[in-house]
Amino acid sequence: MAGGNQTTTEYIQHHLQNLVFGNHPEHGWGFAHSAQDAADMGFWAIHLDSLLWSAGLGVIFCWLFYRAARKASTEVPTGFQNFAEWIIEFIDSTVKDSFHGRNKMIAPLALTIFVWVFLMNLMDLIPVDLVPWAFSLLGVHYQKIVPSTDPNVTLGMALAVFILMLYYSFKIKGVGFIKELTLHPFNHWAFIPVNLFMEVVGLLAKPFSLGLRLFGNMYAGEMIFILIATMYSAGLILGIFGGFLQMGWAIFHILIITLQAFIFMVLTVVYLSMAHEDH
Amino acid sequence: MNINLTLFGQMVTFAVFVWFCMKFVWPALTNAMEERKNKIADGLDAADRAMRDLELAQTRATDQLKEAKQEAARLVEQANKRANQIIEEAKNLARVEGERLKLAAKAEIEQDVNRAREELRGKVAALALAGAEKILESTIDESANRAIVDKLAAQL
Repeated sequence: MAGGNQTTTEYIQHHLQNLVFGNHPEHGWGFAHSAQDAADMGFWAIHLDSLLWSAGLGVIFCWLFYRAARKASTEVPTGFQNFAEWIIEFIDSTVKDSFHGRNKMIAPLALTIFVWVFLMNLMDLIPVDLVPWAFSLLGVHYQKIVPSTDPNVTLGMALAVFILMLYYSFKIKGVGFIKELTLHPFNHWAFIPVNLFMEVVGLLAKPFSLGLRLFGNMYAGEMIFILIATMYSAGLILGIFGGFLQMGWAIFHILIITLQAFIFMVLTVVYLSMAHEDH
Repeated sequence: MNINLTLFGQMVTFAVFVWFCMKFVWPALTNAMEERKNKIADGLDAADRAMRDLELAQTRATDQLKEAKQEAARLVEQANKRANQIIEEAKNLARVEGERLKLAAKAEIEQDVNRAREELRGKVAALALAGAEKILESTIDESANRAIVDKLAAQL
């Protein structure tokens, strides 16, 4: 446990604090030394840990699959190539099931989302204290290694998906998209404001539910891991019990992280498919 | 848990990875898979074709074997026939030759007999004369009696 003589509350709060770099109104640019510092920095700050871990995992994903793609040939595939092709086949069939338009971007997008989100979620299975402890030895006090427990990360991806949704809606439907927003449930000019309000709420709900679903699931999972971890400092019996709990939760979590990555991918494909459908 | 610039940082990172995946990963892998699929389909087709070819070749081979057997049987039969014919011919030839030889021998024997008879005739005449000479103890006029003895000899 970092810090030695913390209370349980401090321990949990410490674990939920990102490594923030930003412009503090009093101290200028620098790392936040407390949650208060981070809050004071406001919008002009970045979570270095979230960004670097997610980018690093993305690079790992790209590197692995690029290596497979470079070696791709019509010969008998071996090793990781098999695995990559299996995932690609799986993504391809999923995308073909729910997306009927023609768009070269959707399938690679789905692959990126699935593997990347899965890798980010996978960080949840690393014992919660291990990496932060290692970083604290290097003098870095805050470290959250699961990027998908950061709403910035999940909402950032959801927003990117939202931008794509808007782009393709306008590109494919043009004026039809405006009509869809204004004349949809009640096809009468007097209802335009009501329609617009309902449709815009419905539209905005998509990216927010997309991002917050992933965030909520991973945050809750992470929180349970942290709570289990607090049992280790509460005596031998509770510690052993906590060990079993952690193992059980981790095994169950394997299902959750895969499922959440899959849901994020499928919903993205479905939303973009809706953006492509011209009524 | 504050919403801050990380949001946009993540959007940019996301866009970069999607672009990379779209550019370098997806097409290469799907193309290779597609090509392999075609190759396998071709291979299976070729295997089917080869199987059919094999069957055809087998039936053809069986046919040819049967034909060859029939041909061989025919040849053997022909050869047998020919052999019998040759034997028959040889027999005939031998018979004719034997006949001829027999006739020749007969003729020769006849000739010898005749010759011996002639000789004997001559000698009998001389013998008769010599005998008569001895009996008579006188010389018989050979030329006078010659005709008588010759007549006698001719009767032999």
